[in-house]
Amino acid sequence: MPTVGVNRDKLFEKLGRVYTDEEFDQLCFEYGIELDDVTSEKEMLRKELASAMAKGGDNKLAAEAAAASEEVIYKIDIPANRYDMLCVEGIARALNIFRGTQKAPEYRLADMAGKPLQQMVVKAETALVRPFVVCAVLRGVTFDAARYNSFIDLQDKLHQNLCRQRTLVAIGTHDLAKVQGPFTYEALPPEEIKFVPLKQTREFNAKELMQYYLDNDQKLKKFVPIIHNSVVYPVIYDANRTVLSLPPIINGQHSAISLETKDVFIECTATDLTKAKVVLNTVVTMFSEYCSQPFTVEPVEVTDAFGVKTAYPDLSCRRLDLTTDYVNSLLGTELPPPDIATLLNKMQVTATLGSDGKALSVSVPPTRSDILHACDVAEDVAIAHGYNNIATRIPPTATQGRELPLNQVTELLRGELAMAGFTEVLTWALVSRAENFDSLRRPDDGATAVEIGNPATAEFEVCRSSLLSSALKTLGANKENALPIKLFEVSDAILLDPSVSVGARNERRLIAVYCAKESGFEVVHGLLNRAMEVLGVPYRDEPGAASAPVSYHWAPSADPALFPGRQAAVYASTCPDKPVGVFGIVHPEVLAAFELPYPVSALELNIEPFVFDQFYQSKLEPLSN
Amino acid sequence: MADLESQLLQALNEKECIADSGDFAKSQGVDHMAVVGVIRSLQASEMIVAEDIDHFRYALTEESQTYLTAGSPEAQVFAAVGPDGITLAELKVKVPGEAGDVGFKQAMQQKWLALDKSGGEPRVVRKVDSIVDSTQALLADIAAGKEVPKADAENLAKKRKLIKPEQWKTYKLTKGAKFALERKKPATDLTFDMLAKGTWRTQEFKDYNFNALGVLPAGGHLHPLLKVRTQFRKIFTQMGFEEMPTNQYVESSFWNFDALFQPQQHPARDAHDTFFLTKPAATPSDRGVPADYLQRVQEVHEVGGYGSAGYGYSWKLAEAEKNLLRTHTTAVSSRMLYRLANQPGGFKPAKYFSIDRVFRNEAVDRTHLAEFHQVEGLVCDRGLTLGDLIGVLQQFFSRLGLKKLRFKPAFNPYTEPSMEIFSYSEQLGKWMEVGNSGMFRPEMLRPMGLPEDVNVIAWGLSLERPTMILYGIDNIRDLFGHKVSLSMVRRNPICRLGL
Repeated sequence: MPTVGVNRDKLFEKLGRVYTDEEFDQLCFEYGIELDDVTSEKEMLRKELASAMAKGGDNKLAAEAAAASEEVIYKIDIPANRYDMLCVEGIARALNIFRGTQKAPEYRLADMAGKPLQQMVVKAETALVRPFVVCAVLRGVTFDAARYNSFIDLQDKLHQNLCRQRTLVAIGTHDLAKVQGPFTYEALPPEEIKFVPLKQTREFNAKELMQYYLDNDQKLKKFVPIIHNSVVYPVIYDANRTVLSLPPIINGQHSAISLETKDVFIECTATDLTKAKVVLNTVVTMFSEYCSQPFTVEPVEVTDAFGVKTAYPDLSCRRLDLTTDYVNSLLGTELPPPDIATLLNKMQVTATLGSDGKALSVSVPPTRSDILHACDVAEDVAIAHGYNNIATRIPPTATQGRELPLNQVTELLRGELAMAGFTEVLTWALVSRAENFDSLRRPDDGATAVEIGNPATAEFEVCRSSLLSSALKTLGANKENALPIKLFEVSDAILLDPSVSVGARNERRLIAVYCAKESGFEVVHGLLNRAMEVLGVPYRDEPGAASAPVSYHWAPSADPALFPGRQAAVYASTCPDKPVGVFGIVHPEVLAAFELPYPVSALELNIEPFVFDQFYQSKLEPLSN
Repeated sequence: MADLESQLLQALNEKECIADSGDFAKSQGVDHMAVVGVIRSLQASEMIVAEDIDHFRYALTEESQTYLTAGSPEAQVFAAVGPDGITLAELKVKVPGEAGDVGFKQAMQQKWLALDKSGGEPRVVRKVDSIVDSTQALLADIAAGKEVPKADAENLAKKRKLIKPEQWKTYKLTKGAKFALERKKPATDLTFDMLAKGTWRTQEFKDYNFNALGVLPAGGHLHPLLKVRTQFRKIFTQMGFEEMPTNQYVESSFWNFDALFQPQQHPARDAHDTFFLTKPAATPSDRGVPADYLQRVQEVHEVGGYGSAGYGYSWKLAEAEKNLLRTHTTAVSSRMLYRLANQPGGFKPAKYFSIDRVFRNEAVDRTHLAEFHQVEGLVCDRGLTLGDLIGVLQQFFSRLGLKKLRFKPAFNPYTEPSMEIFSYSEQLGKWMEVGNSGMFRPEMLRPMGLPEDVNVIAWGLSLERPTMILYGIDNIRDLFGHKVSLSMVRRNPICRLGL
């Protein structure tokens, strides 16, 4: 969720009234934005300074902080789909319209009859790197410092969010007076692109510029990889071969806008045309407010590589047809149709009722790209009406409650294990590769554990294929406890399994560990016997076991994680080929790997073969096969 | 011991006073320490009063014990020298060790002996014919407990270190407030023996110390987060919800994102937020997703349909096939809803819930873990409304004790309308966000084949947050993970949610 910092007093000026923090918070709540923090530039710099001081001091920052403004700043959280509210202009406009103090503006293209349009010609090579460009011109803009900063901030916010860090769309804005159309959008080998980039005084070629940014510019270097490996770089030229921009990295110094700029040329290059149009619309609808003819935008004709000409921006309103019955039935309201139309006006949406009094023709302005479907319109009605004014109903849906049998058995077994004197722990499914294999002396055959490609920390390299490492880690973190320590967990191990569509499956297991001055091998053995007893599974050699639908037994095993000669595998008669569990004394080298000074015995058991009803019918209900 | 005690009480009863417990011990032929034990015990019961009597005496050292028979060192040396005298070397052999050295020195001082250096090697010769061994006599007197002159005693103790001072106490005993000839010792516990013999009827019992804690039981304990999970499961099942099979952490992007109408460029699909897998890296789309459904999902993303404009981008199959660790249990909900739409016999209304782990590729800190438990509930039926959602949320959260709710418009890629749920905390005096909710978008439901009048209302929250509030835990790592403190697991009350 993007956060936008706006000057409180400027905002209140636009809203035409002063609010207390509480009143403004309430207004935000109703609209679905959130007043996250009340601060000031000075306050923010002071915090930044404090953390910089902790790291060794920063004199420049200290000077800035001292000189910074104490004007109050509201940090406002904006829903991720309301790009039109990423600047103070948009927030004020949306809230004014919501409160009924302003009519939704009508965004228009300038009447260009008899006047030539600015031209942008796209060369075919751009398809290799960044195929789309859309443009517009804002005429007669009056900037002041606040407006200018807001204009720059909005581009920043859009770059961070909708533009996905400039990968999808990048915005360039230029002083039209300093350049000369027609413009061309080209893609050229980096060495051939030469210009003085913004905030530089000398000429670079694009190749050296990328290296310069990688070496020297913390902010811009993260965008370099978007085009770095491309054989051609995108570039926009004017008629005099002046470079306007090297998208998505930097504009040229020559066409930079300033407070004196009157006519602004805006270009958005993109890999996603839909988003480029939304970005362009957002910028022009917000800042055409300051044009000599407010809310009027001059179109630019873009000629694509196939010679097809399209004028941008497209400020037409999209039409959506729905009915007031749909809105009422979705919300559970009985709002009169005219009220619905009025409520929608508060959300910048113009609605016209049809002759039958129920058909609703909705006109979605270019600022509301978030409206995709009639349900979005219905939501706007609900917001304008007030979520908290909606009459509630308990859904009439009559269904039967039911636990998943696997989880029900898990719940019952947990209780029994605690009754048996073991204490429950809750550990992570994500572990390091070493914990899952090397530390347990178990080889990684490459066909056992699910592997994560991009873990943020090395702690989480694989999904555990056994619960043993987690239990030993817990013992290691609780060494100061009085002995014996008896722990258990009933949770999932995750195993690669090509027979399942996603290639892996969970397996519900019981892990129990006993840690004392003596190994406690008999204790975990006894716990196995007890667990089986409560699961209703007889030991193979018990009288009557032969005729039982399922029985179990154990036999000496050779798990490298356990001590030779003091371990056994557990078998169920229903799946005789593969053990369902193992128990034994943990190998001393494993204990050393987990920094455990005392002997430990462990039991790990797959309980899924024992998830059956009283008639021994399996109740496993896997999600996918 | 009991005998000794009754003897003492008897003696005291007869004489009203025992002047010295030392004498009493002698009269009984027992060590005085045994009597002290009895005195202490009777004193504690206030049956007798004991007054200290301090004693002092000198006793022989181990070394000087031997001089009682062998004579003092100087006497031994005098005897060894004999009438004819001997050389020093011969003397050392006859009276070896310390006794020889000390004895020679003493005998010389006493002028019993002299050193004759007249002819060659010096010889020790007697100066007197006979001696009186007064040192031995003194030692004998001390050993016998007789008084000796103070100057002599101090000389023997300090200079010659042949005797040492000893101090001890005995007691003068008189009757105490609770004097009795026989004492009834109160029992600390009721025993099998008392029951068998019936002595519990007359037995006096010692006062129980009610200020101490009892002995803790030795049983095991359940983890607090899972106690809370149990209560949530009960609330859901009591409300008629059926549990979904969430025991599958590995999921394809298709079911986790695409089926939910979450566009492929959505930030949640970034490697920064989601664990993508290298093994198993992908789920081939022909496994588990029917081709026609896949086609409908692609279309709704790219160009819309079902009344939607769609997102207008080029949808990539490879992106949908990428495997990940599910970021929400809604991945399971999407599979279940598809199943519901396509089950034999057609659509039937359903209420589902789940509580299980979800994964986020985040750095671990006080409030964030890379895995946590998501609680999710959903109702799928014909004609459900936003009013139904608010109604079911009020029902659900009131079971958690959160009765004052309000709802804030929110954005969620797969729900519309969407609402954040806030609850007023009387304790903290403020509104707190307690969950997220909404109605699943038609772009999600219609491609699955759910009938047009079917709506799905759903909500979710984390299990960790309410648990941390309930049990006063402020660091999530103290609750979930191997660093949990076992004493925290042992020492927590039952979870009363849902009462």
